[in-house]
Amino acid sequence: METILEVRNLSKTYASGFQALKSVNLSIRRGEMFALLGPNGAGKTTLINIVCGIVRASEGSVLADGLDIAKDYRRVRAAIGLVPQELHTDMFETVWDTVKFSRGLFGKPPNQEYLERVLSDLSLSDKKKSKIMTLSGGMKRRVLIAKALSHEPSILFLDEPTAGVDVELRRSMWEMVRKLRERGVTIILTTHYIEEAEEMADRVGVINKGELVLVEDKHVLMQRMGKKQLRVELKSPLAALPASLNGGRALTLEPDGKSLLYTYDTQSDDTGIPSLLADLGKSGIEIRDLSTQQSSLEEIFVSLVRSGS
Amino acid sequence: MNLHAVRAIYKFEMARTFRTLMQSIASPVLSTSLYFIVFGSAIGSRMADIDGVSYGAFIVPGLMMLSILTESISNASFGIYMPRFSGTIYEVLSAPISVLEILLGYVGAAASKSILLGTIILATARLFVPFTIEHPLWMLGFLILTSVSFSLFGFIIGIWADGFEKLQIVPMMVVMPLTFLGGSFYSISMLPPLWQKIALFNPVVYLVSGFRWSFYGTSDVSVSVSLMMTLVFLSLSSVAVWWIFKTGYRLKA
Ligand SMILES: Nc1ncnc2c1ncn2[C@@H]1O[C@H](COP(=O)(O)OP(=O)(O)O)[C@@H](O)[C@H]1O
Ligand SMILES: [Mg+2]
Repeated sequence: METILEVRNLSKTYASGFQALKSVNLSIRRGEMFALLGPNGAGKTTLINIVCGIVRASEGSVLADGLDIAKDYRRVRAAIGLVPQELHTDMFETVWDTVKFSRGLFGKPPNQEYLERVLSDLSLSDKKKSKIMTLSGGMKRRVLIAKALSHEPSILFLDEPTAGVDVELRRSMWEMVRKLRERGVTIILTTHYIEEAEEMADRVGVINKGELVLVEDKHVLMQRMGKKQLRVELKSPLAALPASLNGGRALTLEPDGKSLLYTYDTQSDDTGIPSLLADLGKSGIEIRDLSTQQSSLEEIFVSLVRSGS
Repeated sequence: MNLHAVRAIYKFEMARTFRTLMQSIASPVLSTSLYFIVFGSAIGSRMADIDGVSYGAFIVPGLMMLSILTESISNASFGIYMPRFSGTIYEVLSAPISVLEILLGYVGAAASKSILLGTIILATARLFVPFTIEHPLWMLGFLILTSVSFSLFGFIIGIWADGFEKLQIVPMMVVMPLTFLGGSFYSISMLPPLWQKIALFNPVVYLVSGFRWSFYGTSDVSVSVSLMMTLVFLSLSSVAVWWIFKTGYRLKA
């Protein structure tokens, strides 16, 4: 896979003396959707803002398409779009004027047709002539996305795009982001909604206290970190776990005695399920139903962040 | 050169002016008219000519300067302070543009407004007093140079200010007094000898003097000195802006 963005030993210490990033290394692949997960204050916005030229790095470098973001800022920035975390918008401008402004600012000649399409993709067409201050928060967020897309970037940063956005808007936003990805746009989003990363991302990075704790393919991560649980519902309750079943298994009896919980590793060749079922049969324990459940990214995330602190 | 960006910023800034037309154009015109009624007509009619120029005509260049200086500073400082205040500056900082292009947009727009305003005041003044301009090209030159220099200075203030109060403080507390004491309404030679010397430390004296020379051919200090002082001020402001962008002062954390 070709690398589109390369972050090397990036550190940031703010003027206050606070170190927000600690030697972060990260490669983003062309065309992927990368989710940067982390609790509040982890350094997600700081990282994005450095790449976009809004915050100065204390140490380290960033290459976009092989070009240094500081030395080759013109070419690099022309290819990057940013939707900031905060709703920073003009008040008196109209939606149309503000997207036109953005396109010009990023050095692109006017293209009415393209901008019209961006607005319609974001269901903003009927707000074209509205002053931004008359729009709701969710609408303003869409305007910011439209601005970020106005110059046809090939890398798009979305800094907590769905914070404070209602469910419906969130859905339509993801729909649009998916379309962008299909067109080959590389998308990097930060979020602390794990479902978002789980649903959308190809890879997930977890950042905590300025350190990148882990970067992993989402499925691999969920498999590697994710233990599965098999629940065995019994026809008749047991008073205690029979010794015949207890041979070194991660098996517990629920307090009500009506079901057994077996935890196993999805990665290993032998999940231990066949032998468990065989042993149950030998012991004459009758099964009513079986179900499995996998731990979510959220649980993985919480356990990572907890072990990191 | 990212000319699309320069045009975008310039247009944005000019649109802001025309949105607030009353405030940006009408109010300076009104206050200038008041000055002419009070100083030009009412008091001026009892004043002797200065260097062979009627008092009403004598104060025209100074009045123009007063408006150009204060408007350049307030327009340019507001222009860059607002995006900092609202947070929309993020977009400018993340855009593929150079310092020069940012300046051409913001300072260029502020200077254009000042030049436009100066011209309007000149036309308004002509309604009250008859005067001629001896060196129109020099007049235009000084007008442009002063507008650009002080817009650049205003831009610096807009970056330095961390509140609306600071935004007002320099134009109100520094530029206004210096302009009033800088020979807008009198010739420096009318001051007692000691004050004549002190006045030479006031940079506005040179601006007003040079500008007045372009109108009437008479000046308090030599024109070349005026021109030089204006250029020195322009250079100092340019160095300050260069430093601001080099260090990210108040722009980038
Ligand atoms: N300009 C600043 N000066 C000092 N500290 C800052 C500044 N901006 C952010 N921080 C601090 O850096 C840390 C990381 O912030 P941020 O990158 O915004 O985190 P996140 O986006 O992950 O919530 C936080 O503790 C925050 O308080
Ligand atoms: Mg953040």
